[in-house]
Amino acid sequence: MNLAQHLPALQVVVPLLAAPLTVLLRRRTLAFAVVLAASWIAFAIAVLLWLKVDNSGTISYAIGSWPPPWGIEYRVDRLSAFMLVLVSGLAAVVLPYSRSSIENEIPARQQYLFYTMFALCLTGLLGITITGDAFNIFVFLEISSLSSYVLIALGRDRRALLASYQYLIMGTIGATFIVIGVGLLYLMTGSLNLADIAGRLSTVQSVRPVLAALAFLTVGISLKLALFPLHQWLPNAYTYAPSAVSAFLAGSATKVAVYVLLRFYFSVFGASQVFDQLPMQEMMLLLALAGMFAASTVAIFQTNLKRLFAYSSVAQIGYIILGLYFGTVTGLTATIVHLANHAITKAAIFMLLGCVAISFGGVSLARIQGIGKQMPLTSLGLVVCGLSLIGVPGTAGFISKWVLIQAALEHGQWWLVFLILLSSLLAVAYVWRFVEAAYLREPRTDCADTSEARWSMLFPAALLVVATIYFGFDSSLTLGSASQAASMLISGTPR
Amino acid sequence: MTADQWILAAVLVPIAGAVLIALLSRAPNLREGVTLITSVVLLLCVVSLLLDVLDGARPAITLFEVLPGLSIAFDVEPLGMLFALVAAGLWIVNSLYSIGYMRANDEHAQTRFYVCFALALAATMGIAMAGNMFTLFLFYEMLTLITYPLVTHHGTEAARRGGRVYLGMLLGTSIMFLLPALVFTWFIAGTTDFARDGILGGKLSAGAMGGLLALYMFGIGKAALMPFHRWLPAAMVAPTPVSALLHAVAVVKAGVFSVVKVIIYIFGVDTLARAGITDWLVAVAGFTIVAASLVALNSDNLKRRLAYSTVSQLSYVVLAAALLVPLSIVGAVLHIAAHALGKITLFFAAGAIDTAAHKTKVSQLDGIGRLMPWTMGAFAIGALSMIGLPPAAGFVSKWYMLTGAMAGSHWIAVSVIVGSTLLNAGYFLPVVYRAFFRAPHVGQMAHGEAPLPMVIALTTTAIGTVLLFFLPDVPLALARQMAGK
Repeated sequence: MNLAQHLPALQVVVPLLAAPLTVLLRRRTLAFAVVLAASWIAFAIAVLLWLKVDNSGTISYAIGSWPPPWGIEYRVDRLSAFMLVLVSGLAAVVLPYSRSSIENEIPARQQYLFYTMFALCLTGLLGITITGDAFNIFVFLEISSLSSYVLIALGRDRRALLASYQYLIMGTIGATFIVIGVGLLYLMTGSLNLADIAGRLSTVQSVRPVLAALAFLTVGISLKLALFPLHQWLPNAYTYAPSAVSAFLAGSATKVAVYVLLRFYFSVFGASQVFDQLPMQEMMLLLALAGMFAASTVAIFQTNLKRLFAYSSVAQIGYIILGLYFGTVTGLTATIVHLANHAITKAAIFMLLGCVAISFGGVSLARIQGIGKQMPLTSLGLVVCGLSLIGVPGTAGFISKWVLIQAALEHGQWWLVFLILLSSLLAVAYVWRFVEAAYLREPRTDCADTSEARWSMLFPAALLVVATIYFGFDSSLTLGSASQAASMLISGTPR
Repeated sequence: MTADQWILAAVLVPIAGAVLIALLSRAPNLREGVTLITSVVLLLCVVSLLLDVLDGARPAITLFEVLPGLSIAFDVEPLGMLFALVAAGLWIVNSLYSIGYMRANDEHAQTRFYVCFALALAATMGIAMAGNMFTLFLFYEMLTLITYPLVTHHGTEAARRGGRVYLGMLLGTSIMFLLPALVFTWFIAGTTDFARDGILGGKLSAGAMGGLLALYMFGIGKAALMPFHRWLPAAMVAPTPVSALLHAVAVVKAGVFSVVKVIIYIFGVDTLARAGITDWLVAVAGFTIVAASLVALNSDNLKRRLAYSTVSQLSYVVLAAALLVPLSIVGAVLHIAAHALGKITLFFAAGAIDTAAHKTKVSQLDGIGRLMPWTMGAFAIGALSMIGLPPAAGFVSKWYMLTGAMAGSHWIAVSVIVGSTLLNAGYFLPVVYRAFFRAPHVGQMAHGEAPLPMVIALTTTAIGTVLLFFLPDVPLALARQMAGK
């Protein structure tokens, strides 16, 4: 028995085992150590899998040696390998940060539970990404969702409970829709294995149930990824959750949901003709644009920075979905590369806001006035990430915007180019609300003696800020992987 | 060191300087020493490149790929060389002036000021030596962002508002127009490298090319073509050294420099001439020249008058480039240098008046020439250069532009240049007249010249303005190389 063979299983099993272990240990330091180790191992495994896929192509792993389509299959292709690295990488960075960050936010005796839930959430997200089985996706989705409800509810503010409850309701509706969609597919094809379903769909005579499945899946997944106008749960959840949770969820949960959408659209429905019968592309275009403009506009008028950047997330998800609309390799590349770039940028922002919250006791614009003097590193980091949201050259966001514009030009749609750019001007407006408050106003007298947060928080956040700049100059890793994944999805090679 | 390394040095020296300045925030004298030394070292780098370029060499270096087929690359050609030379040379003088100004006015956050200034110079060097439009765009945006803290230096409500207009308009135009133009160029030509005859020849219809040209011209907001000129007067809330070096030299010249670069090296003069799509640009530039002069004529605030004069003078460069005649292009290139020297002198003088006499309005300047003879003498020379009269540098560049326009039989352009000369005289000569020939107001405070470093600085640039008239060899040689003559 060779351990390297079982990497796909270990990818999920390692964090899964870490969760009950923390409950048994009950000591927060031990729990932290266990989950930290698990997330770093998971990251290492993801990198190994990614290298392996890069060398020798798609990996198929049969759980319990039951061959697919009867058994559950784990499949790692270029797209899922990329997502695994992204999600586990974020977890590996956020966890060291969380230790100091939750100290003020979560009562000491509950802290080990935070690590339990974090491990479970990571398990779920990695599971969704790696599995090749439709029902298994649903199972892991529930694992990640339930644990993230708990994580959000751990927030210090009492409104965190309401936010969590809101997310619970919306998330459950989404999950129900997804399971109905999967059920319909099973009904029509008799299979739960994604590749198998894709193969059988072309032989299905009656199209209506398949269309219904597509519709249910689209709505369900859109709820999870917070596509406008199904985003209402997101601003509250991100605002009231503990900082480490906001950072991790903003970078991973919605992004994995986008991955699921890509998976179903291109690897399952891609080969069949259903897209000709529903105006899916036009709908995506409309919702993406509406999200980009509406959410950015709302963001401009926020006074709480966490909420401001949460609305910015909704807008950025618009960009991600816009790439889908084109249905071309370049468009999909834009989607996937922005997925990664935005995940890194937004996670960094929420981590930095966590530092601010600890020092200032809040993140409202009025409270953090003059932060540029008191926390120069943190506010510089926030400015850099803000520039990335705008898409200024030299930041990761620029790369995404470039590819997205390129996709629009290939499509010959100049008006779309201008709309994309116009909405990035809205980003200038909301980012500059922070800049003016931070640098052009005098500090409040009651916050006069604040200073930078601890290094254990600042360093992981700085790591992501540096990554934001790095990927703005060297896009070979992100853009390269994204374009390979995109051409794999488009060419329809069975996954 | 080889020529390629000098390029990197030119970009990295100011950055290294900025780091040192930041570290020395507790020791002001040492910090200002570093600023001066950095500026001298930068000039040495630029001069060593200049010697190569005058010999006909084209130092170039490619660093790394950002996107497939798009690299950060530098390539020093005559035009960029001249721009780098002007900016680096004037930085030394301006640093001297800054030290006098910032200390005399007891400004806050001086470390931030000097750090941003050094970084702005790094960005300017990047723009001047960029080897492709992509690299130029990168540094162009960097220059916008790094000058924002300088514009809003005072941190007042007025500064915030000025900063919003500044940033909104410069980022807005570059994101909305310049970026799509850049992507489209890359999409069509497969490259954004600056090439001798342009890279778009035969690849676009005349209509599409006209659209792309419009995107570029309005996208380069730093060139302040109307209606995207408002950021420049808005930027006048900045401390005067910023207005002097950045908003008379580095930032605005980065704008017209980019315009000339795009016209010559992206489109290609011949390609544009064949397509015949630059008439509207001549018209817009001509309109800007006249309209901005009219606004300047009616501005009582001295810095505002200078700002609108800059808007007008910038459009000379755009106009001359848009004429597509070799002589007028030589004029455009020369004007980048000539206007820089003249306008920085004028701003230095305005800042000196503000510091010594606390006066900001033209109507308050009666008789000030008797109290501040050096300052107002320099101001007079700068004004002559703006109008285009000998013995000032502005005469040389205007001469070339005018001959170019006549050679190309562009009579509208000729009349705009002649007419605006009168307007320029109309808003500069009264200032000089007031200063020297009117009696001071009764009860005026007795004051002398501004602090010595400031006087030295403004005298130096005034002398430079005159010298450039008598000895225009270096810029002329570069301009001729550039126009292919």
